[in-house]
Amino acid sequence: MTSARELTDQRQGGVIRQNQLVSEDAWQVVRLDEDGNLTSYQQPALLPLAEWQALVAAGEGSDHLAPWLASDTELTPELGKALVDAPLLAVDFPNFNDGRGYTIARLMRERFGYQGEIRAIGDVLVDQLHYMSRCGISAFALRDDQYVEDALHALSSFSVSYQTGVDQKTPLFARR
Amino acid sequence: MYRYDTYDQTLVDERVAQFKDQMDRYLAGRLGDEEFRPLRLQNGLYIQRHAPMLRIAIPYGMLSAVQLRAMAAISRRYDRSYGHFTTRQNLQLNWPKLEDVPAILAELAQVEMHAIQTSGNCIRNTTTDQFAGIAEDETVDPRPWCELIRQWSTLHPEFAYLPRKFKIAVTGASADRAAIQVHDIGIRLNRADDGSVKATILAGGGLGRTPMVGDIVREDLDWQHLLTYLDAIVRVYNQWGRRDNKYKARIKILVKALGIEEFRRRVEEEWAHLKDGPETLTDSAVTKATSYFPEPERREVSAEAIEAYEALRRENRAFARFVTNNVVGHKVPGYKAVTLSLKRRELAPGDVTADQMDAVADLAEQYGFGELRVTHEQNLVLSDVPVDELETLWKALEELGMANPTVGTLADMICCPGGDFCSLANAKSIPIAQALQDRFEDLDFLYDLGPLDLNISGCMNACGHHHVGNIGILGVDKKGQEFYQVSLGGRSDDNATLGKILGPSFNAEDMPNVIDKVLQVYVEQRLEDEVFVDTYHRIGMKPFKERVYA
Repeated sequence: MTSARELTDQRQGGVIRQNQLVSEDAWQVVRLDEDGNLTSYQQPALLPLAEWQALVAAGEGSDHLAPWLASDTELTPELGKALVDAPLLAVDFPNFNDGRGYTIARLMRERFGYQGEIRAIGDVLVDQLHYMSRCGISAFALRDDQYVEDALHALSSFSVSYQTGVDQKTPLFARR
Repeated sequence: MYRYDTYDQTLVDERVAQFKDQMDRYLAGRLGDEEFRPLRLQNGLYIQRHAPMLRIAIPYGMLSAVQLRAMAAISRRYDRSYGHFTTRQNLQLNWPKLEDVPAILAELAQVEMHAIQTSGNCIRNTTTDQFAGIAEDETVDPRPWCELIRQWSTLHPEFAYLPRKFKIAVTGASADRAAIQVHDIGIRLNRADDGSVKATILAGGGLGRTPMVGDIVREDLDWQHLLTYLDAIVRVYNQWGRRDNKYKARIKILVKALGIEEFRRRVEEEWAHLKDGPETLTDSAVTKATSYFPEPERREVSAEAIEAYEALRRENRAFARFVTNNVVGHKVPGYKAVTLSLKRRELAPGDVTADQMDAVADLAEQYGFGELRVTHEQNLVLSDVPVDELETLWKALEELGMANPTVGTLADMICCPGGDFCSLANAKSIPIAQALQDRFEDLDFLYDLGPLDLNISGCMNACGHHHVGNIGILGVDKKGQEFYQVSLGGRSDDNATLGKILGPSFNAEDMPNVIDKVLQVYVEQRLEDEVFVDTYHRIGMKPFKERVYA
């Protein structure tokens, strides 16, 4: 069993990838304003799915534009295939209790074979990161009040799991 | 009984460390109440009316003497020397200190126990028949399958934040004692002609605010596909279940909204992708799981011993009463399963003291191969008692106050903790149970009434399963005052039916009289050997209503 650790006040918020805080990350999450319009943005930017699709359809997509998926996004086979070439894919957690993003991430990895970075955005909390990573989310834009130190600790909470995930293709019953 | 290997133990130990860390962060103020809430709930920790409440998992109700003794010690050290068995076959501690919970979980881990997913919007403790493995009418022992489901559902990364709580029940017998029709998923196991295990899968049953009986999603599912099929159902629910209104978030609302055909179509479509995937069960996985539930080494009980037991039954009326009500048949001749009644006036239904836990642990070692089962009727079962030891066991139970020969009768009521403990409750339920036990204590009267399920819930969350009581009692709040609504005709057996509301609610003081009038109508109207619930369904609500509201 891991022993208790000292809680120190390190920095809060930021993007975590491959078990470390990313020092420079310029991807800006762009959301619609109250009137349903895109706020102004600079690239690189994560755009709402429909806006990103419209730009791609108009031939204006780029390596510096990527979509974020709302938690109620229905991943039809057509959409899943269309997303595979996105340079980055974000999954929005409008509330940490909204568990649909876990399924979205798994489907993108396991069903549609997405190879790039899947980033959790929105209400991303320390204690959700372990499950998120098991579902194939590979980067985490922590909510601003979350401690990076706690997040890195939480990612290594478990060394075993019973069931399959994106991180473990074989269930424990087949490995014992 | 299932025993942890290093994987199971590591996982539970790591869970203890994780929760300790979460608690430290909460107490240090860097984890807010709202964020901590689902974390503590998924570790069984509620903040209740008077104190925290800790719900400890007892997977599919199987409990060892060693574990029960550990819980006695925990209840003495951290609580008020008693515990409460619930309708989900779990054990609740009502008075632990919040900051002690990590230490309690660490002690539980030492005896292969935990509180993982006993609450929260995730897959809860899987429940089953308390007579699993020994029932005469069983075709498939559900325990290995429950264990495989337990492992699959434990810390499932995709399903920890479902729209609402999620409950699975499994039966492998011809008579359903696990209430599979009123669960989010119900599983009925049976055997095909070639001996292979097949599963019928139901979904969308449940009690609570909008009670429903589940629909069959699939019949004759090959055993290999059990987990992938569960994955498909829960994934459909995770994606499509309502999240805008917690009262409409259970899977039953989704099944009803889509209709069973459309729901089934979506599940099958999802399953088509998962079928034959890595979670497909293998012979070796099932063989391994089954190996944890071996037939105990039962000694042979001689024909003479069986005859002596029958003779004692004829001669000793008190013993005979106990046997008739609290003892059921066993697949092995000479053996019986004995229900230890946790229904007596001195304690709330389902409550057991630390001293009783220790004593029962001793009895389990002496009479039952060191194992016990928790029933969803809030009793305990010793599943392997030779008939020539029944009399001494009975005497020991009498001393413990656990031989009340009333199992299955009105006095064996299911009752939630209610307003005395639970912060959700609208009304107290324990005093109602005690008032009814006082009023109907005459054994001859109880036996004359025959089998009768009386279930009491202190609020519409229905922890006391009032909807499926032959007589159901629901505590309701009207302008700050406690009232009780009565329903009739519910049942949770093979013909699961939800009770119908009798009419306007009553004061607490009126309840014994109201129930008495209901019983009078039954006694007057019943046909020979007709049980209460059948009489109700034959004659309908009207005669009961006329008598009660006369």
